[in-house]
Amino acid sequence: MSRRRSEQITYFLIRGVMYSIVLVIGYILFDIVRHGLPALNWAFISEYPRKSGSEGGILPAIVGTLSLLAGTIVVALPLGICSAIYLSEYAEQNRFTAMIRLAIITLAGVPSIVYGLFGLGLFVLFLNFGTSILSGSLTLACMVLPTIIVSSEEALRAVPRGYRDASLALGATKWETIRTNVLPYSLSGIITGSILGIGRAAGETAPILLTVAAFYLPRLPKSIFDQVMALPYHLYILATQHPEADKVLPLQYATALVLLLLVLGLSLGAIIIRIHFRKKYRW
Amino acid sequence: MVETSPFPADTEHVITTSKVNFFYGATQALFDITMDIPGRRVTAFIGPSGCGKSTFLRIFNRMNDTIAGTRLEGDVRINGEDIYRNGSNVVRLRRKVGMVFQKSNPFPKSIFDNVAYGPRIHGTHDKQQLAEIVEKSLIRSALWDEVKDRLESNALGLSGGQQQRLCIARALAVGPEILLMDEPASALDPKSTIRIEDLIGELRNEYTIVIVTHNMQQAARISDYTAFFYEGHLVEFNATKKIFTKPREKQTEDYITGRFG
Repeated sequence: MSRRRSEQITYFLIRGVMYSIVLVIGYILFDIVRHGLPALNWAFISEYPRKSGSEGGILPAIVGTLSLLAGTIVVALPLGICSAIYLSEYAEQNRFTAMIRLAIITLAGVPSIVYGLFGLGLFVLFLNFGTSILSGSLTLACMVLPTIIVSSEEALRAVPRGYRDASLALGATKWETIRTNVLPYSLSGIITGSILGIGRAAGETAPILLTVAAFYLPRLPKSIFDQVMALPYHLYILATQHPEADKVLPLQYATALVLLLLVLGLSLGAIIIRIHFRKKYRW
Repeated sequence: MVETSPFPADTEHVITTSKVNFFYGATQALFDITMDIPGRRVTAFIGPSGCGKSTFLRIFNRMNDTIAGTRLEGDVRINGEDIYRNGSNVVRLRRKVGMVFQKSNPFPKSIFDNVAYGPRIHGTHDKQQLAEIVEKSLIRSALWDEVKDRLESNALGLSGGQQQRLCIARALAVGPEILLMDEPASALDPKSTIRIEDLIGELRNEYTIVIVTHNMQQAARISDYTAFFYEGHLVEFNATKKIFTKPREKQTEDYITGRFG
């Protein structure tokens, strides 16, 4: 076989794999939109559910997921970014920090149900936060922290050393240098990576199952110590636990569609922030 | 043979080092360097790659501190003050000792913000005052005429030579006494190189300039004194004229005549 021939075959194989992945994802999206769109209307997203979710809307689940996301961002983003700054800028690069990094990467691969159990043990029971938005947000935050730390550290490390050297040589302290000449340039990468991680948290069921999610709770939360419904858990209930699973099929699809749109909105936000910072600091 | 000092009797030595040894981890990069660098003159460090000249330069503003695992022995004084003593103020030192790097590294900000960066972190926030410092620094670095109409545009839009002069302006804006230059023209085209050299010539009477260079013609053109380093040792330090006409050491002669390095 000629080299040219094998080059062509490789090219087609790689292209084929890429297209088949796009095809699968595209089909999933298409399926959800096709079945979900007819059931999706204003009433569905603005009304309370009735008859254990067989009728009515999913407002409490939307509000629940949004508040969980807000809680996760508030907790995980500062913690994650600070850890990344420490690891990338301050910590000595030795065996100990290498171990910490390995631990963080390993944590990213821990099954989400394990985080759920951890959250149940620590936040719900030991710290006595109960099954609540607080417990759920903290659990989700723990779950996305590794992703945030790893992607933030990468973004920080991508900032050329020359900026740090120049700033230090002008008499800036280390923190001034980080604040003015490292963080701003890496912010677009940090935000993008973090939002993608948090977007994944939006769809997680296992961690919230044990720490916050209510099976059926047709009212809005009043404080962070309240239980809430959440979109992924609601979807799970409709699909597997509902007595009339077939009848609520359109509602399942519509719920999935809402969840997708929510995550899409998050990603879009990330992209806008990215563009903004890219424009501001071009390097 | 009696050693005669290369310096005139009234020379004021701004930087003095005594028996400086420097280590990267277990590797020793500098050996027993004792050297007095005169004020308001241009001193050039020459020598083959890896001879320690850049390492030695970075000792004067403690930039080597930013590299993990480095260690210094010996005495380094600037204006008589031991800059490595415990509790020495690195921020104050670096205000006094500016640095220009080999690879021009303007921040990805506006030209104005680049020059104003140093004054701002040192507490100058008055707009009028900042504008004056920026203008003065850009005039000193011979860049003002080229950029005065676009101070708000991104510094990365400048040419390589302009970027390097901006970095010099940025260093000058802090008001240093000493200017360290680590091969400031090695990445520039010949025309830009000449402009940087001219600029050094204009600054020589106001600042103590120490410049590391690979280019021996450059050292000969712009410096008053030249130090030749080889494998971590200071081989010879003398008036530039002497070094290039009558070097005392065989190694120096071999290097400047191009027999090695």
